[in-house]
Amino acid sequence: MARAVTTQRKTINTVAAWVIGLLIFFPILWTILTSFKTEAQAISDPPIFLFFDWTLENYSVVQERSDYMRFLWNSVILAGGSTLLGIIIAVPAAWSMAFVPSRRTKDILLWMLSTKMLPAVGVLYPIYLLFIQFGLLDTQLGLTLVLMLINLPIIVWMLYTYFKEIPGEILEASRMDGAGLREEILYVLTPMALPGIASTVLLNFILAWNEAFWTLNLTAAQAAPLTAFIASYSSPEGLFFAKLSAASTMAIAPILILGWFSQKQLVRGLTFGAVK
Amino acid sequence: MGQITLNQVTKTFGDVNVIPPLDLEINDGEFVVFVGPSGCGKSTLLRLIAGLEDVTSGMIQIDGSDATTVPPAKRGLAMVFQSYALYPHMSVRKNIAFPLKMAKMDQAEIDRRVNNAASVLNLADYIDRRPGQLSGGQRQRVAIGRAIVREPAAFLFDEPLSNLDAALRVGMRLEISELHKRLDTTMIYVTHDQVEAMTMADKIVVLHGGVIEQVGSPLELYQSPRNTFVAGFIGSPKMNFIEGAEAQKYGAHTIGIRPEHIEVSDSVGPWQGVVGVAEHLGSDTFFHIHDSGLADPLTVRADGEVGFSHGDRIYMTPREDRIHKFDAQGMRIG
Repeated sequence: MARAVTTQRKTINTVAAWVIGLLIFFPILWTILTSFKTEAQAISDPPIFLFFDWTLENYSVVQERSDYMRFLWNSVILAGGSTLLGIIIAVPAAWSMAFVPSRRTKDILLWMLSTKMLPAVGVLYPIYLLFIQFGLLDTQLGLTLVLMLINLPIIVWMLYTYFKEIPGEILEASRMDGAGLREEILYVLTPMALPGIASTVLLNFILAWNEAFWTLNLTAAQAAPLTAFIASYSSPEGLFFAKLSAASTMAIAPILILGWFSQKQLVRGLTFGAVK
Repeated sequence: MGQITLNQVTKTFGDVNVIPPLDLEINDGEFVVFVGPSGCGKSTLLRLIAGLEDVTSGMIQIDGSDATTVPPAKRGLAMVFQSYALYPHMSVRKNIAFPLKMAKMDQAEIDRRVNNAASVLNLADYIDRRPGQLSGGQRQRVAIGRAIVREPAAFLFDEPLSNLDAALRVGMRLEISELHKRLDTTMIYVTHDQVEAMTMADKIVVLHGGVIEQVGSPLELYQSPRNTFVAGFIGSPKMNFIEGAEAQKYGAHTIGIRPEHIEVSDSVGPWQGVVGVAEHLGSDTFFHIHDSGLADPLTVRADGEVGFSHGDRIYMTPREDRIHKFDAQGMRIG
């Protein structure tokens, strides 16, 4: 009896998961489909799902009009650089909060997170002025710094959660074995937290890649990443849905592929600690 | 060398005073056991010696030089943890080699020492496995191996056997004792198990509420406990404490008599009572006796074959020379 119920439940769960999964995926699928339509088909009513004249014209137009590779390269630099910088700062920070907490550690963690609750536009003006002052507008360095800073609370939180799972006695053992702070973090803590660090890196890379508010507001031509590349197709001579979709598809393709290959690592990292 | 001296050492966590001023001398080559109930400060004391906790005040000397503020890595001590604390991402070989690698020893010497430790501890067959693939006893051996390769000034053991099952615990107890005989290095061993303390120690330090109640050899503590706490803690089953008229006969507030120092009979003896539970161990039988008017229950040890059962009347004779006398504060008299 029990087994029959389980099978039935399993079927329901599977169906539900597929429905939810498809629902979440649908906008992306629609974008990809639209990118192969003509402009007229893209806005036709009723919408055409699959049976249209497939065309690559949008892609060639997008290629002609803008330098995709330059935007891609900027995205890679900004996402990679901000992630790397963030990890370098966050590992020691999370170490100290996880293993030598003070009475205020919990407050600091919450305070850090609270900065994420602030609407970004609230600090746009001061940051814009700072960028002008320091000559950082439309530079890779400036954007890398801003992206690193806005994601730092999340990196520290994630690493803190993973580090908390590591028994303190193992770190104490390494100290007894003659390891200094550097060796302790390098040879013991980091390898043990590697799954967690890997998923933090991945998630942060994705967040930085998709970040649009700051990249749109603080760049013009030099340091603009793929988000700016998409945005450049949404104005001013009217919306061209098919071309916009082609640009979007090209922009999300790298991160989609990265996510596909690292999904095991991502899931493992995000559920680390929840499942023993 | 492994001479450790604690001089007026104290430790407070926030407002809680865990260790009031404490003095202790540990001689080179000694096997010292810190024993006491949980929360008595024995692990804290060990961690202070290790350097994993900072002392609040006082001084710790290792081999004559002040080590109070020296970080754990530089104290030349090795520690075996209750949870073994092995590095899960390293093989047994790398675990054991880790302290040597940290000491920047050359690879040939590291290999020699690791292989030597592995053969001494019967780990040669598992040398390339990860800790996760080992049993509790094997993990414990790896932890000991990691400690011995460095040839430390002293070994610190923090309840190393409490995660093992009973049979394995007895075996490991012997192995650690033999290791001590062979290496002749100072060992400090923390346990709440008085049997481990009695069987392994050269010197037992009984702690209670952060205070040293008594320091002495196992037999000293057994034969002349300084107060009722030590008397009750050392020895199994526990010493019987008797107050009132019977104690006053001996000019004491409380008298203590161990279960093994009471003779039982079915007809003669100054004390009598009714048998409650009888625990048969084969070699010995422990009777828990009620209605004696002395202590409830009164525990006595008898020969394994002595046949009293529940509800039987039993007569008892204490061995006069083995009666311990204590005053109203619980301190030993005479």
